[in-house]
Amino acid sequence: MEAVSGTAFVVATILKTLVFFVLLLLGVALATYMERKVAGFMQDRSGPNRVGPLGILQVMADGLKFILKEEVTPGAAHKKFFVLAPALALFPATVLFGVIPLGSPLPTPWGRVDMIVADVPVGFLYVLAIASLAVYGVVMAGWASNSKYSFLGGLRGSAQMISYEIGLAMSLVPVLMLAGNVRMPVLVSMQQSFGAGPATYGMWFILPLLVAAFFFVVSGLAETNRMPFDLPEAEAEIVGGYHTEYSSMKFGMFFLGEYFHLITTAALITVFFLGGWDIPFWSGDNVRVLADGTVVGEPTWWKTILTLLAFTAKTVLLVAFFMFVRWTIPRFRYDQLMDLGWKVFIPALMAYIMFMAVAIYALDSAGVEVGLAFSAALFGINLLLALFLLFLVDRGRLVKGATAKTRKTPRAAAAAAAGAEGD
Amino acid sequence: MIVDFFFVLFAVMAVGGAAAMVLARNPVASLLYLVMSFFALSGIFILLDAHFIAAVNVIVYAGAILVLFLFVIMLLNLGPSKRPDLRGTMYRMLGIAAAGAVFGLLLITLRDGHTTSMAGGMGQATMDAMLQSRGAVGVIAEPMFRSYLVPFEITSLLLLVAIVGAIVLARRRAP
Repeated sequence: MEAVSGTAFVVATILKTLVFFVLLLLGVALATYMERKVAGFMQDRSGPNRVGPLGILQVMADGLKFILKEEVTPGAAHKKFFVLAPALALFPATVLFGVIPLGSPLPTPWGRVDMIVADVPVGFLYVLAIASLAVYGVVMAGWASNSKYSFLGGLRGSAQMISYEIGLAMSLVPVLMLAGNVRMPVLVSMQQSFGAGPATYGMWFILPLLVAAFFFVVSGLAETNRMPFDLPEAEAEIVGGYHTEYSSMKFGMFFLGEYFHLITTAALITVFFLGGWDIPFWSGDNVRVLADGTVVGEPTWWKTILTLLAFTAKTVLLVAFFMFVRWTIPRFRYDQLMDLGWKVFIPALMAYIMFMAVAIYALDSAGVEVGLAFSAALFGINLLLALFLLFLVDRGRLVKGATAKTRKTPRAAAAAAAGAEGD
Repeated sequence: MIVDFFFVLFAVMAVGGAAAMVLARNPVASLLYLVMSFFALSGIFILLDAHFIAAVNVIVYAGAILVLFLFVIMLLNLGPSKRPDLRGTMYRMLGIAAAGAVFGLLLITLRDGHTTSMAGGMGQATMDAMLQSRGAVGVIAEPMFRSYLVPFEITSLLLLVAIVGAIVLARRRAP
């Protein structure tokens, strides 16, 4: 079936943009509710339960409150940038959603409608480009407020986001090495299995690229500025961080921006590592469009609905995972955060990229065809690497407990030596 | 028609942003106008079918280098500059001469008509097919790592030299 073209294409694109954006907004609203419920669950209390059934209307109440509160612009603030910053914070996560394939193509009387707003030829690079702009909102807010806490928050935010952006980009390099293409729908179809057309891996990339998935999830978490990476808004040290001076809906936009970012990150992890809209253990839903325009698999409306649901389920589960992490793990110390980014993630990812390149090349040279066996071999290698990584990171703590032995770190030794000299 | 509309939009944004960047008093405002200008430039690259360049332009310039600039401006807390950068007749003359030379070069380029899209050499259909099968990165990577591998690697050497130079300059005043 041909893709829609001409007027139908324009209409379809406008409709898709509207529908997906409204769904995303709804998702963000529900995510704030979900966060409160998860927090309640983690802390053994009910969470919001007064407004509406099960407190679901709390979302509306919050929105109304944001709008009705007094809006204060500090006298010393740079007015123009102060107003611009919340918009800049909201923009990247929203725009990113446009390149995420959400489901299998929908057949209509006018042609095939792909469930992606814009299938740009640079797909994955577009993601990196827009994600790299996320820092402007934070920095602008911190600087334009003209207060020391905001400023410190802005500086922390920019340093952190620059650092982890590198990890984010580098952990996607192995994905590209496997997929051989940057278009997002191709990334999804490479993780499914088909009867015809070029060979695919037939396995979600989280298995053959386990270590990369781990690094991507952690870097993505750091990019969203959430616990345990919420140093830019650490309330115990710098009040509210970069949004200290913001009130009313301007603060609301930062607040919503965080959830936009959270959902987009979850959706990206789904596309890159969890097979996108693929339904696991069932190849009946798999539909892909080859480069020459031929469609493998029959697009039907029920497949579209099922795959949209599968995508939503994966994204919601990941969002829930991020929320559980937030309410479980305490905040990093700032130097630990930077050390982790620059001294652990980047060297480890560099080594991993080299290793995977060699592994893929070796498998290729050994005559292993692209397919299940190929990905299974990579999975084995990754499992070994993951165990090795766990051993390195763990340093005997998970097994014996952190207090079992006092480790002599160089810093502790130096401090002890300095103390001894002082005496 | 729609392409013309977007070209004019992006061109106005790019030139306007660049002009505002030079004229703005506040360094942070300057920088934001430059970001806008780069963004508009990326839009023009996309209109020329140079998707990869467009993406890399945003990643490298808007997303990395300008963030670094912003960082430096904020750390040094630079206020609005009161004094003009070009002091004295000599510098002014030099500035005008340099700007005139660049403008002349641009005029020559435009006169010779080097304004065809990347697809110009091989036809739009081939370009679309290549983009469809390999994505924008494949289209760039194929010639870069096959035909032009050595020049590409030499460029990385240039970057290494720049990094070493920066470290040498930074360490000079250390005790």
